[in-house]
Parts: sequence; structure tokens; C-alpha cells
Amino acid sequence: MTAPLAQIGAATLGGLAALGRLVLFTAQTLSHLVRPPFYGREFGAALVQIGFFSLPVVGLTALFTGGALALQIYAGGARFSAEAVVPQIVAIGMVRELGPVLVGLMIAARVTSSIAAEIATMKVTEQIDALVTLSTDPLKYLALPRVLAATLVMPVLVAVGDIIGIFGGYLVGTQRLGFNAAAYLQNTADFLTVTDILSSLVKGAVFGFIAALVGCYYGMHSTRGAMGVGQATKSGVVAAAVLILAANFILTEAFFSA
Amino acid sequence: MITLENVHTSFGPNKVLRGVNLTVGKGRSMVVIGGSGTGKSVLIKSVLGLVATDRGTITVDGTDITRTDRDVLLARFGMLFQGAALFDSLPVWQNVAFRLLRGALKRPRAEARAIALDKLRRVGLSADVADRLPAELSGGMQKRVGLARAICADPEIIFFDEPTTGLDPIMAGVINDLIRDIVTDLGVTAITITHDMSSVRAIADDVAMLHDGIIRWTGPGAALDTADDPYLQQFINGRSTGPMTAIR
Ligand SMILES: Nc1ncnc2c1ncn2[C@@H]1O[C@H](COP(=O)(O)OP(=O)(O)OP(=O)(O)O)[C@@H](O)[C@H]1O
Ligand SMILES: [Mg+2]
Repeated sequence: MTAPLAQIGAATLGGLAALGRLVLFTAQTLSHLVRPPFYGREFGAALVQIGFFSLPVVGLTALFTGGALALQIYAGGARFSAEAVVPQIVAIGMVRELGPVLVGLMIAARVTSSIAAEIATMKVTEQIDALVTLSTDPLKYLALPRVLAATLVMPVLVAVGDIIGIFGGYLVGTQRLGFNAAAYLQNTADFLTVTDILSSLVKGAVFGFIAALVGCYYGMHSTRGAMGVGQATKSGVVAAAVLILAANFILTEAFFSA
Repeated sequence: MITLENVHTSFGPNKVLRGVNLTVGKGRSMVVIGGSGTGKSVLIKSVLGLVATDRGTITVDGTDITRTDRDVLLARFGMLFQGAALFDSLPVWQNVAFRLLRGALKRPRAEARAIALDKLRRVGLSADVADRLPAELSGGMQKRVGLARAICADPEIIFFDEPTTGLDPIMAGVINDLIRDIVTDLGVTAITITHDMSSVRAIADDVAMLHDGIIRWTGPGAALDTADDPYLQQFINGRSTGPMTAIR
């Protein structure tokens, strides 16, 4: 009779313990910010890898989403003769929610997975041990540059995603739905506030931080063998996606509930 | 000098080291032998602090390794891993010169590269391999790159985990000579794990045999053949029958 309760209890405790370990890992990683040396070369490589090479996937995701959003709002709005709000709702929807969340999830798929797999492989082939014997802290050398790069570059990716998403809506709005081009842009610009844009960029930074950190965490805690690498990658992507969505809720609450 | 006193190391229920006592003198070449899976690699990883010991003390020059600054200690060590453990994102020369390219021993890139090329030459690799990635090398070549990396920053104490495994006899001879030279000429302390008896005879000042979680026999290399331990005799003569069974 108590079995289901005990199971829920055990799962909750397990989850809390995992969260605790993640927080500890975060603190350890960040502590290296103030302790030299700083590995600039690794940081630069991570910036290019995470930022530049994510641009295509971010652009495509945002473009299609913005276009679909415009169609949906137009159709939905038509039910109470509010088709005209398409530019405003596309703008606010992309900037406040869909831009950061979708870019965040794409980064979880692309960056968390590759970081987790790379570090887990290094772990099972003893490269992490080798780093230690060469007087190099693995967190400082592997984790910090990636986490820092993701945190700094994600707001840029999100901004790009927001703009391309709005552009997707604009294309559909002007080409398919008969909006006037100049008026569409004017409505978009007039409607967005500084807080909307700021929230978008802050979300981006937080999601980038989560994506890279979780990838490093699962990579570093991988068990042995090819199965360990697969497991680390899968768990990392799932955990990053869930944490990003949870953080999105909390940040939305913080920015807009008042 | 390195001493291990009653060292116990386990992985869950698997008790690998069960009270290891061993002393390695300064400037000596210690060779550790023993059956596959007896914990030789775990033994040297315990000294390096890569695996946690359950019990016992390990000291280097009299100081307990758990009570000393890890960075200072590791700066004196070099390690060749059994699987080479090369960084597969870095070209060969940057693997070898890893320590010289960052951190406390950092020096100009050109100088670091020159040192790396010199170490590669010492392990029988030409400058052509310097710019290749580890994945493009054969297993034996990777092993030698790992060896070059272990000796690159001129450490005082070097651990070699099966340095000649996977090498042809001539190349194995080159590596044996190299280890011998490093110990004799530079006064380095070396701890080598090997299954290769000709290698044992070529490089050992002292030999220790690990069996059943303890050091079963230890003594000078010259005393190997006259030692009366049946386990040791079975091992060094490679007999399938004796006190040790093949299935463990
Ligand atoms: N990281 C680890 N996690 C769990 N068990 C381990 C780990 N490392 C080693 N072991 C176990 O410890 C035991 C000894 O392993 P070790 O690698 O030291 O053997 P070895 O003497 O070096 O053998 P070989 O000559 O084949 O290299 C084995 O049973 C192995 O399964
Ligand atoms: Mg081994």
C-alpha cells in the first residue's frame, strides 16, 4: 500500500540530490572565474563552436516559427475580427517567448549533446585523468570556457532569432495575408518595449548557461564505456531542455507578472 | 622516495588493493608485474590521486599525498596511461607540449614545439607526425606520443603503464633504453607496469609482484631468477600450471 508513496518519495529525494550535485558543480565551475589561469584559446574555440555554428539552425527555426505564428494569429484573430493584431502579437510572441525558448531548446539539442558526448568520451578514454596529471583542472579547462561562451553568445543568438522570427511573420503577413509592408514594421516597432527585449536577452543568457553547464555536468559524470557516453548525452539533453523550460517560466513570472 | 603503507582501494564490492606495502627509492626504477586485472593500474592511479583509497597512507618524500598541495605534487609527476589517453582534439605536438603551452610552465609556442619535436624524436617518431591528430596514428605510435608527453616537462617521478605493449621488438628495445637512460642519466624515479619480461630485465632496479591485492614479492631485479616464491616463478616463466590458475 505504501509502495507508490515510497516510490514518489524516493524519486523526489533522488531528484533533489541530483539538483544538489548540479548546484555544487556550478559553484565549483564558477569558482574558477576568479582563479587564474584563464584558458583564452579554449574560450575562443567554444565561442565559435557554440555561437557561429549555431546560426543556421537558429535562423531556420525562427523563420519557420515566425511564419507559422503569423498564420495562426491571423486565423485565430479572424474569429473576433482582430486580424490586424498580427504584427504586434508576432513581435511579442517571438521576443518574449518563442525566440528564447526555441533557440534555447535548439541549443540544448546541438550544444548540450555535443558537450556531453565530447566530455564523456574524454572521461571514458582517461583524457580527463590525463588532464589532471598534466596539472590542468578539467573544470577550468573544459567546463568554464564552454559555460562562459554559451552564456555570452546566447543573447546574440536569441536576438538574431527574434529578428528572423519577426521577419518570418512579416514575409507571411505581407506576401500571404495582404498587410502593408511599412505599416507592419511600424506596428512591430511601436509595440515592443525595452522590457520585452531585455527579457528576451536575459532568458537567452540563462538558457545558454544551463545548456552548457548541464552538458559539462553529465559528461563529467559519465560512467564507463560507449553506453555511458550515450546515457550521458541523452540525460544531458533531457535535463537541459526541462531546466530551460522551468527557468523560462520563472523568468517570465519575474519579468511580466507585476 | 615513494611509500605505500597498507593501501586499500575498492570499487563498490570489488576490493582491488587489500593492504599494499611498497617502497620505491629515489632515482630507482621499480617495475610492477602481476596478472591482468590484479590492480596494477589502480595502484599507480592511487599514488597519483586519480582514484580514492579507502585506507592506508601514501607518501612522497615523506609527506602524505593527501596533506600536500596537489598542484605542487602533480607538477613533479609524469604519467603514461595504458590507453595513451591522448587529447584527440589536439595535434600530436600540442599533446606532447601540453604542459609547456599553458599554466605555470608556459613558454613561447615555438620553443614548446621545438621541445615537443625533440621528445618525439627520443621515442622514435619523426617530425612528420607532429601536426597529425592522434586518431590518425597507429596504436603503438599513440603509445609513444603518450610517452613523449609524460617526459616532456622533465618530471622527477614518472609512471609508465605498459610502455612497450603493442610495439614491435625493436621499438620496445628503444623504449626500454629510453626509460633506462632517463633513470640513470637524469636521476628520475620510475614506476613501470609491464607484462613483458624482457622489458623487466632491461629496465628494473627493483621488481614488485602484485597478486590478490597485495605485493606478493619484492626485491632487486637481479634476484628474480633465484627467488623461491612459487607464484613469482610461475609468472616470470609463463607457466600455465602452478599456484595461480588461469581463470580469475
Ligand atoms: N574506474 C573503475 N571503476 C570500477 N572498477 C575499476 C575501475 N578501474 C579499475 N577497476 C577494476 O579494478 C580491477 C583492477 O584493474 P586494473 O586496471 O588496475 O588492472 P591491471 O592490473 O592494470 O590489469 P591489466 O594488466 O590488464 O592492465 C579490475 O577488476 C577492474 O575492473
Ligand atoms: Mg592496467
